[in-house]
Amino acid sequence: MRFELTEEQKMLKDMVRRFAEEQVKPRAKKIDEEGQIPRDIIEQLAELGLFGVHVPEEYGGSGMDYVSYAIVIEELSRACASTGVLVSAHTSLVVDPILKFGTEEQKRKYLVPLAKGEKIGAHAMTEPGAGTDVTSISTTARKEGDYYVINGVKHFITNGREADIFLVFAYTDKEKKHKGISAFIVERGTPGFTVGKLEHKLGIRGSSTAELIFEDCKVPASNLLGEEGQGFYIAMECYDGGRVGIAAQAVGIAQAAYEDSLEFAKTRVQFGQPIANFQAIQFKLADMVTLIEAARLLYLKAAWLKDQGIKSYYLYSAMAKLFASDVAMRVTREAIQIHGGYGYTTDYNVERYYRDAKITEIYEGTVEAQRLTIARAILKGI
Amino acid sequence: MKAVCFVKSVPDTETRVRLTGNRLDKSEIKYILNPYCEFAVEEAVRKKEAGIVDEVLVISMGPSRAQEAIRSALAIGADRGVHIEDDNLDGSDAIVTARVLVEAFKKEGGLDNYQILLFGLRAIDGDTWSVPSMIAELLGIPAVTNIVKLDINGNKAIAIRMVEGGEEVFEVELPCVFAARKGLNEPRYPSLPSIMKAKKKPITRYTISDLGIPSDAVGKVGSFTEVLEYTLPPQRQAGKKVEGEPEQVVEELIKFLREVANII
Ligand SMILES: Cc1cc2nc3c(=O)[nH]c(=O)nc-3n(C[C@H](O)[C@H](O)[C@H](O)COP(=O)(O)OP(=O)(O)OC[C@H]3O[C@@H](n4cnc5c(N)ncnc54)[C@H](O)[C@@H]3O)c2cc1C
Repeated sequence: MRFELTEEQKMLKDMVRRFAEEQVKPRAKKIDEEGQIPRDIIEQLAELGLFGVHVPEEYGGSGMDYVSYAIVIEELSRACASTGVLVSAHTSLVVDPILKFGTEEQKRKYLVPLAKGEKIGAHAMTEPGAGTDVTSISTTARKEGDYYVINGVKHFITNGREADIFLVFAYTDKEKKHKGISAFIVERGTPGFTVGKLEHKLGIRGSSTAELIFEDCKVPASNLLGEEGQGFYIAMECYDGGRVGIAAQAVGIAQAAYEDSLEFAKTRVQFGQPIANFQAIQFKLADMVTLIEAARLLYLKAAWLKDQGIKSYYLYSAMAKLFASDVAMRVTREAIQIHGGYGYTTDYNVERYYRDAKITEIYEGTVEAQRLTIARAILKGI
Repeated sequence: MKAVCFVKSVPDTETRVRLTGNRLDKSEIKYILNPYCEFAVEEAVRKKEAGIVDEVLVISMGPSRAQEAIRSALAIGADRGVHIEDDNLDGSDAIVTARVLVEAFKKEGGLDNYQILLFGLRAIDGDTWSVPSMIAELLGIPAVTNIVKLDINGNKAIAIRMVEGGEEVFEVELPCVFAARKGLNEPRYPSLPSIMKAKKKPITRYTISDLGIPSDAVGKVGSFTEVLEYTLPPQRQAGKKVEGEPEQVVEELIKFLREVANII
């Protein structure tokens, strides 16, 4: 058994850490306050090949693996969770399904610019009436000659403001229940498609969360991803992989909170000594670092299993996300506690980490949904 | 025209140095490409991108981890590497290092092939600042160290060297040794595709016998200097506060300076 990263993975981790530390972290507070990730950061991410980490070179990607991708998300999120999810939603929820289910033509047309970061992707499943239960979506796609006509409203769509390419889920046949959902590649600017209001959020405020409106939006039939009725299956595969990304994001946030707390504990003096001398603080730090390491190993294992093509990896990605999101919550809560009143103010970063951590318990399947997945898998004997 | 960069693998600046007895404990050190060498490699690669140079070779002497430093240089954009690895080299000092590097350089065609020889001004571990000048001397060519700018014009170069309170501008004929300092350029972050490409670029390996160097000419036996021991800098003591009435405090202070600090 080997726990070591490969030479390239180490180089990648070093590079992303350095980039994130020097270029992203100093701007994370402003990104949070202004609710926007500056365009030049997105351009730099593209230049570095971070929008197509695990995509083969022939499709414009960096030719690395899913483990590498997950490491990128952790390192970016350690600096700025909003930047982390921009890349994660793009990669896991749009790039990955096109790589897996796309026709050669779709790959040339959409995957290549997405992997190069010339175009940004967004994934549109959730609707006001359909969250955890994706089969209750009401968006429909009606076939008309060489087109599908899409009608419906999506909301809570990450990257809605930045994206050029949207993966949209709609019923092509409501009768068939989940087997009647299909996935479509929709370009920004397609007549009948508008991006609506943006949400104001507790955390990941730099990441856009948008409403999408489809009114008789005509999409070429060649933009159907996979086959008619395959949409539910495609979406589930997206979330299986995406959970690895969100787990990595959670670990990145927790890591940042832990590092800040360690530093603060060593320098904050009360009762004539650094508070790190108090066992109560030491125990918090010890728990933090232990939880983080366990969560990291879990997401790395899930990513590694995905790279090996092992189907049951989805059990591990659900466990990784469930555990890592809880770790992020616990660690960021204790990080504020260690900082005392300072931690409650915006003069320190820990309050942002605390706000950012919460979303990891919600999107790409709530913690309750993860437990359902895990329970179903183990009861099936996986 | 071709360029060669001589690079070194050094402990990361964030590494906590530990000692076992009076020797360095290298077991948990994380190594990186020496940051000054990074400036050198970046400069060579920029010269290549500008069409001035058509090959960038990287040479490093060191244990197996030196290969990682070479890979980092290849990820920045260098074309191929040469790695000199030999157990006998352990304990070699600056002049021995310079001699070995010169032999490897000659094996690659030497000055017939390479006109621009780039170095980092210093390696952040040994910090002798001497290998670039030694190599220039051994090869009989000029060296401009501590440079912040390098322009190549035909077989001439204009290099700007930082000196106390100002800059010196040199015009030199190639071949020449240049040693880079901070400010020469802003090294790029190697992109993921470049990291993957670096994996496929060739690294040639030499032992000292490949270079025709006898084992008693290198390592501890071949060196003029030897590191006898390493010690950690003394721990900083907490400050001492003297409180009370002025007359009393002054007296106590003088006593402290005389008897404890021993400076008056
Ligand atoms: C910032 C943000 C970004 C998002 N990005 C995207 C995106 O890019 N694309 C996209 O399609 N969606 C996105 N979403 C939507 C997200 O995936 C959903 O919010 C999530 O799946 C939960 O759905 P819901 O909000 O409708 O809550 P609901 O499904 O209504 O859940 C409410 C509560 O009920 C629980 N619950 C529901 N069903 C069960 C059950 N069977 N058993 C036990 N408990 C249950 C849930 O766990 C939760 O606690 C985003 C959401 C947010 C907030």
